[in-house]
Order: sequence, then structure tokens, then C-alpha cells
Amino acid sequence: MNKESYKKLTSKIIPKENKVKNGIISFFVGGLIGLIGQIMVSVLENNFDLAHKDATSIMIVILIFIASLLTAIGFFDNLVSKAKAGLIVPITGFAHAMTSSMLDYKKEGFVTGIGANAFKLTGSVILYGVVSAYIFGTIRYLFFGG
Amino acid sequence: MIFLYSFLFCGVVCLIGQVILDNTKLTPGHVTSMFVVIGAFLDSFGLYDKFLSWFGAGASVPITSFGHSLIHGALAKAHESGVLGLLAGMFSLTSVGIVAAIVFGFILTLIFKAKD
Repeated sequence: MNKESYKKLTSKIIPKENKVKNGIISFFVGGLIGLIGQIMVSVLENNFDLAHKDATSIMIVILIFIASLLTAIGFFDNLVSKAKAGLIVPITGFAHAMTSSMLDYKKEGFVTGIGANAFKLTGSVILYGVVSAYIFGTIRYLFFGG
Repeated sequence: MIFLYSFLFCGVVCLIGQVILDNTKLTPGHVTSMFVVIGAFLDSFGLYDKFLSWFGAGASVPITSFGHSLIHGALAKAHESGVLGLLAGMFSLTSVGIVAAIVFGFILTLIFKAKD
């Protein structure tokens, strides 16, 4: 069997990922998380008399806690494989990446396992965030007066 | 109305992420790193602040707001104490999210076991 006929054969058997369906699911799941966040902020502002900034921080902490808990009980991976970017792009994806890399290396010990691998996935987010923020911040501060 | 805008903005950001994931060979790690850089870039001329006032939590939930908070904290501190403030204030706004993720993640890791 040559390469081309092999490709034809496999393309028939491997299910094609439906990009439109993936996009729609991501849009609605991501939108739903944004909506839940906004509801939480509104409730915290109106019913608990918190400033907008504090309400936003508490909302983010709650979302991170929920995402970490669902990851720890092994429920979040299934959700991510269905909702994809809808759960990865919001802050829930950050918490998921952190908790799952700690959990995966737990058996290798506290320092060489959990400690060394905690930032395995989230490290690049923090690194590139800090470097880019530093560069853009310096440019704005020096050339545009902050 | 802010609820609808939150839904739409957060949905559109996730949709962009999904389109990138589906049509390129980039991994979720690439996409989230890229979005953080985009967030920092958009705030370097104040655009992300406008997003936050228009779309409320819809703009503070996606990872792009992480980049925004980094540069925002750095610049706010730089106004007070000069160039060194860029270093001192970098994590002043994002520490809530990072510390929460580390502490919750660690405690939950102690309690639960990884699923096979």
C-alpha cells in the first residue's frame, strides 16, 4: 500500500473534527463563564456593598477555586475535551493547568514532583505575560509619559 | 445589558481561541501565552481598560485580562516611584489570581489523587 492510498483510508476512518461545532460550543461555554462572572460581580456589588475592584477579585478567586476543585476530583478533563477553548481561555484554564500539573507529578514527591512541576504549564503564561508587560510598560512609561 | 455584553465578549474571545486551535498546530499553551501578550499589548495604549468598562466581567474573566493586570499594576506603581515601579508593581493586581491558583491547587493536590 503506498502513502496516498493509506492517507485516503485513514481519513475515512478517523472522525473529522467539526470546526463549526467546536467554535459554537466554545463560544457558548466561554460566554456562559463570562455571564456567570458578571452575575457574581453584580451580586457582590449590590448585596454585599463591595467596591467593583474587590468584587472582581473575589469573583476570580471563586472561579479559580471551582476550576481547581473540579480538576482535583477528575471532572474537569472531560469538560475540557468537550468544551475546549471555552474553558481553556478563561481564568479557569489557568487554574486547571496549575492543579493538573501538580496532581500528575504528586507521586514523584513534594519537591521534585509537586514543587518542580507546579508551573510546568502555567509558567509560559506568567513568563511571556511578565516579559511583554515589562517591554510594553517601559515603552509607554518612557515615551508616552505613562 | 452588561450581562449580554459580558456573554458576547467572553464568548468571542473563546471562539477566537478555538479557531486558532482548530486551524493551526498550536497547543492550548501557545494560545493562552499569546492571549496574555495580546492583553498586555492592548492595555499599553489603554484599550483594554475601555473593554473592562464596556463588557464588565466578560473582559476580566479571559486570560487576556491577566496581561492587562500585569502592565496596569506596573504602570500604576511606576507613576508613584519611577522606573523601579515597573518591577515593583508588576504583580500587584495579578497576585490574587496567581496566589489563589497556587494555594488551592496545592491543598487540593494533598487531598486528592490523580485519576489514571
